This record gives sequence, C-alpha cells and structure tokens, in this order.
Amino acid sequence: MTDAARSAGAAKRAPLTAREAMLKKRHRSEAWFKAQGVAAIIIAMIFLVVLVGRVVGQGYSTFLTHSISVPVYLDPSRVDAAALEGVNYDYLVAEGMMKKLGVQDDDLGLISGKVMDLTSRDLGFQLLNQLKADPSLIGKTVTVTGPMKADADLYYKGEIKRSTLEEDRKLDNQQLDWLDQLQKSGAVTAGFNVKFFTNSDSTEPEQAGVLGAVVGSAMMLLITALIAVPVGVMAAVYLEEFAPKNRWTDVIEVNINNLAAVPSIVYGLLGLALFINWLHVPRSSPLVGGLVLALMALPTVIIATRSSLKAVPPSIREAALGVGASKAQTVFHHVLPLAMPGVMTGAILSLAHALGETAPLLMIGMVSFVPGVPEGFTGASTVLPVQVFIWENASERAFHERTAAAIIVLLVFMIVMNAAAVILRRRFERRW
Amino acid sequence: MLTWLSLLFLALFSAAAFMAGRGRALKASGGSAARLHSLPNYYGSYAALWAGAPAALLLLLGMMFGGRVEDALLQRERPAAIAGMTVDRQDVFFSDVQAVASGQAASEVTYDGDERLAFDAKVAESRRISGIVRYSLLAAAGLVALGGLLLALPRIGTEFRARNRVEGWIAGVLIACSVAAVLTTLGIVLSLVWESWRFFQSVPVLDFLLGTEWSPQIAMRADQVAGAGAFGAVPLFVGTFLIMFIAMLVAAPVGLYSAIYLSEYANRGLRSTIKPLLEILAGVPTVVYGFFAALTVGPLFRAGFNAIGAQLVGGPLDGIGQYLMQVQNQMALVAGVVMGIMLIPFVSSLSDDIINAVPQSLRDGSYAMGATKSETIKRVVLPAALPGSWPPCCWPCRAPSARP
Repeated sequence: MTDAARSAGAAKRAPLTAREAMLKKRHRSEAWFKAQGVAAIIIAMIFLVVLVGRVVGQGYSTFLTHSISVPVYLDPSRVDAAALEGVNYDYLVAEGMMKKLGVQDDDLGLISGKVMDLTSRDLGFQLLNQLKADPSLIGKTVTVTGPMKADADLYYKGEIKRSTLEEDRKLDNQQLDWLDQLQKSGAVTAGFNVKFFTNSDSTEPEQAGVLGAVVGSAMMLLITALIAVPVGVMAAVYLEEFAPKNRWTDVIEVNINNLAAVPSIVYGLLGLALFINWLHVPRSSPLVGGLVLALMALPTVIIATRSSLKAVPPSIREAALGVGASKAQTVFHHVLPLAMPGVMTGAILSLAHALGETAPLLMIGMVSFVPGVPEGFTGASTVLPVQVFIWENASERAFHERTAAAIIVLLVFMIVMNAAAVILRRRFERRW
Repeated sequence: MLTWLSLLFLALFSAAAFMAGRGRALKASGGSAARLHSLPNYYGSYAALWAGAPAALLLLLGMMFGGRVEDALLQRERPAAIAGMTVDRQDVFFSDVQAVASGQAASEVTYDGDERLAFDAKVAESRRISGIVRYSLLAAAGLVALGGLLLALPRIGTEFRARNRVEGWIAGVLIACSVAAVLTTLGIVLSLVWESWRFFQSVPVLDFLLGTEWSPQIAMRADQVAGAGAFGAVPLFVGTFLIMFIAMLVAAPVGLYSAIYLSEYANRGLRSTIKPLLEILAGVPTVVYGFFAALTVGPLFRAGFNAIGAQLVGGPLDGIGQYLMQVQNQMALVAGVVMGIMLIPFVSSLSDDIINAVPQSLRDGSYAMGATKSETIKRVVLPAALPGSWPPCCWPCRAPSARP
C-alpha cells in the first residue's frame, strides 16, 4: 500500500521533472542552434572584413609615393647634342645624386650603381625629353623631379625595414643611410601617386599604373554592353511575349538556364575557337574580349529581362490590346518601358560581373604586357582583372602593393556599378 | 574605316528612305493619315528597313569574311620561288606580304633574289586584290540598298499593310536574337568536342582518364629533346575533388546556417544589412580571391602549420611534425578554404530561396504543435526543402573548374 502510494507519488512528480528536463534540453538546443546561426554569420563577416581589410591594407600605400628633386649638371663633354638618345642620363642623374649625398664614385662604378638603384629611370627620360625640346640646356644645371625607385619608396613607407638582415633586403645599409640622409635634407617629398592613374603597365613598379587597364576595361565593357544588352533583351522579349509555348521554346529556355551555369572558362574556349581561330579577330584586343564576355553575359541578361517582363501585370497588356494596339505595339510601347528599370538593373549587374572576369580572357590569350593605352577596339590592350593577374605573379615586392591598389580600383568600379543598379531599382521599380 | 564610313552613309540613305516611304504613303492618301491602313511612320520604317537592313548585313558579313576571301585569292597560286620552303615558312611569307601591303610591321625574315621579286609581286597583287574585294563589296552593298528601296517604294499605297510587314521584320530580329543563345550552346559543344577529339588523336582516352601523371609538355619540333608529356588526368580530378570537398566543408555549414538564421530568426533590419554584405563576397572578382589566397591565407596557414610542426618534431608525433614543417603556400587546403569563402554567398542565397519556398502553413502547423523554432526548422522546414537543399551544396562542384 505505502509502497504503491510512494511509487504513485514518485510517478506523479517524476513526469514533471522529466518534462522540465526535456523542456530545458529543448530550450538549450534552441539556443545552441541559434548560436550556430549567429556564429555562421559572424564567420562570414570576419571573412569579408579580413578580405577587404587585407586588400586595402596592402594597397592603400600605393596611393602615396615619394619623389625626389635632383639638380643635374648637363656636362657638355658628355652630352652630345647630335646624339641625344645615346647619352647615359641615368649616370648624369646619379652624379647629381652623388653630389647631393656628398660621396665620390669609385673606380669600379659601384657607388654610382648603388645610387642609381635609388631613383627611377623616369628622371633620365625627363632629361632626354627636356633636352629634345630645348638643346640649349646643355652645359646648364637642370632640376628634375621624379619618383624614387620602388624599393626606396617601400623603405620610406616602412615596408622594408632596417631590422631585416642585410642579405634579405634589396637595399644595403649604405643605401638606407643615404635614403635617411636624403629625407633629412628635405629633398624627398611625399605626395599622392598621380602616376598610378596616368601611366600604363611598366616593367618598373614605380612607373606602373592602371590607366591602360582602366581604358581597356571600359572599351571592352562598352562592346559587351552594346552586344549583350540589345540581343539579350530582344531574345527575352521574344521568349516571354511572342514565342508560342511549345517544345522548341522549352528547349531554348532550359538551354539558356544551362548557359548561365556554364563555367566562364568554357566561354574562353569558345571565343578562342570562334572569334580568334575562325573569324581572325585581332588577339588581345578589347573587341575580342568584349565579344567573349558578351556571350557570357547574354544568358544572365535574358534571365533578368524575362523576370522583369513577367513582373509587369497582364492588365497592362490587356488594356493596350483593348484599345487596338497590335501585339508588337503593346510590348514595345507599354510592357518593355515598364520593365526597363528591372532590365537595366539586371544588365548592369551582369556587366559588373563581366568586368571582374579573368578566366575567359586568359583563355583567349589576353595576358600580354601592354605598356600603353589601347589604340582602338582592335589594338592590343589589357584589362583591370588581367592586370591584377599579371602583377600578382610578378616577383618584385612593389608589384604586390600595386596589385592590391589595382584591386581597390577594380572594386571601386564594381561598387559604383552595383550601387547604380541598386539606386535604379529603388528609384524606378514599380510594384503592382 | 571605309566600312564604317559606308555604314554611316547607309544609315543616312536609310533615313532618306524613311522620309520617302512616309511621304509616298501620305501622298497616296491625300495627306490624311486616317485613310491609311497603318500609321505613316510604319510606311517609312518599311522603306527604311528594305533600304538599310540587307545592305548592312552584307557589309557586316564582308567585314567578318572579307579578309579570308582576300587570303584565299592571294594564296590561290604560290610563286615558284617559294615552292622550296616548308609550309610554315610559306605561311610566314604570305603573312609578311599582307603586313607589308597593309603597312604594318612584318616579321624579321628577309627575302633575297627570286624570293624578293616574288615577294614584291605578291605585295602588289595583295594591294590589288584587297582593293577589288573592298570596292566590289561596297558596290554590291550599294546595289542591294538601292534595289531594296526600289522594291519597297512601289508597294506603298493606302491598302498596303505596312505595320504587319514591319512587325514581321521585328519578329524576325527577335527570333534571330533568341537563336543566338542556342547557337552559343552549339558553339560551346562543338568547340569542346572538336578540341577534345584532336587531343584524343594524340593521347589515348584511357591514358587520359586513368593516367596518374600530369606533366603536359610536348615536343614542338621533331629535333627537340623534350620528354614525351604525360597526360594522365587523375591528379587533376583528385585535386579538383579535394579542393571541392574542402570548399564544401567551409561553405556548406556557414552558408546554410547563415541562410537559416537570416530567414527564420533575424529581424528585418539585420537581414537587410547582412544580405548585401554577403552579396559583396559574391561580387568580388575571382582574381582578388587568388591574390588573397596567395598573399594572405597561404603564408598564414604555412606559418601556422610550421609552428605546430615545430612543436611536434621530436615528440611522439614526429612524422606529422616533419610533414607540417614542410607544407607550402600552395597547399590544397588554402585553395579549398578560399574557394569556400567565395561560395558562402551562393550557398546562402540559394538556401535562402529554398527555405523561403516552404509554405508558411507548415511552419504554423509545427508551432501550433508546440515545437520550438529550431525543431520546426530541423524537423519540418528542412525536410520539406530537402529535395532542394542539396543543389546549393553541389555548387562548389562546378566552381573550382571554373576558376583560374
């Protein structure tokens, strides 16, 4: 009896605690699950911050550069007015530098060689150009201002440190002493790196800039936009508004969805076979790059256009048809203009994607050293992502800094395009 | 240049045809548009289309294939002086001829004696041929444009259904544009098949699929002493799958959990902040990830592993320690992790779409039974979405092969 009563009482209490325990367990697992979600988001955000932070951290120093003013004596015995091209201007600059530093060249020319490693060859080119413009400068002292050599620049920025073992750095202790001396004397000035935006690629990092790549990218994107947007929009209009719903249009639809998922490097292979080997479009030109990227962007433009055409309510079409418009008039006078904000948003987004694409361009051989702004749509050219790729594989350390800076420029372009798309969507998109 | 000028001229001609067509229609109806079948502009457009479109198409085709026609005409007869050269040298000869004829830089090969004479003769011939080809193309385009206009204008009258005809043209253009997408697919398939077929001519299929050594060198010339290349693709497959697996280990949990949190727990404000930030990860170009892997993640992982290895060397795990001391920047782990980061937004946004596609009534039913949020997600939402929750995890499969 008592046993039974006790066990009954225990049974009464036991389920309660079991339920409580279970509830507690369930709530714990709820909190744990939620924490996992938060952790996932935090991890993703950390990745983003580290990625952007590292790129900006490595690249921002490129926008600052150190330049030096050197008075150079154009010795008439060394500068031959008849053969201006044949003069060793780098040595003349080095002489000016040595005078400034108060050192004498030794017989082997080791000192002048070390001094030459401090300033860019741009100074010598400036002398040549000045002399060409005005040969009467021979025998006078000319002051030229130009960038320091990349390694010297890195030392001023603190990227090359004196504490590193002498064998492990490009500049030896004597050169570092000179650099300190120059900085103290006030000959070196720090300023915004204009050359990075006004020069094109160069074998010397301090002379390398992104202008050629930016112009090349702009030209290529223009070609892509001129082909992919009209063709894509018209294809979408046909499929969405005109095409009969039969097996063929189903095939085309599936086909377009598959095309959007084809890896971009395959488009490079197609471009190589079609445009370069078959149609003989000039290699490495904005034209061929733009054509390949247009093929790549086409399916995404079609898909975006179709979905924004779908979003236009049927009442618009019925009203237009009701007052006697033809099918084509309905579409081109009413439906397409209403869908235009969505179409443009999709087009800009797929162009932004095309802007950052590298793989297909590598496939069509667009990885050449192009030291200038492209001469036209069929001239040799490089584009921003490929420029990043080329610099990334350069061995000199100063190019790494420039790679990050070029990435910043690329990201700025992409952010501007994406922001334009967002603004367009916010401002003009209508909801029915 | 000439072609661009002629296209400009054609555009002007087409505009004139528009005015002529419109004027003719209005004149036929006595100046009142109401008596016409279509609006006057349709008559203009009809005339402009016939005058401009076929000729423009001809010019474009000429632009694409004119050079090849010139090549074929030029190489139709090969001078006796170069008959002794190898085929490659003959090709250089002809490309030099064309370069000199068009005023571009030729190769550095020099031609003497008979060759020189043949060269100069061919240069002159090349200039003549290219002149003939160009001007005959222009003349043909001019005739087609004029013919089109003459064909279109007489048809225009009050009863003529210009709108229907113009819309027929529009439909044709629209169909051509959608066919372009199909042709792209066809082109991709053909170029892949063609190149693979040529590749398998020299490398047996089984050697490629089952070979375990990949060192793609091949002797360009017969006298070159380059070892026969090995084209076993197994290392590539293994590498791809390994990287894909690592990428999935990173991307799948992070992407899936963040999608779940954002769609089920997060409030509107958080959602609208985090989603665009994730989109940024998706928008970053692939080269940037390459840079990040090579200069940040690679050295970091290497330093980390080397440090761990240094601790283990000499201890009970000496072997692992030795291995860790030697890892390089280019290890698969780095590529996989960076690829995984790149794929987080894809996995996340696809999972998000799939989770949102599960009807709210299922969730409501589950809550009504007293289930917690996480139970609802784990036991109701995910199983309902299951057929669709695998594709996002398969995304990494396609990506590695796509990235340089």
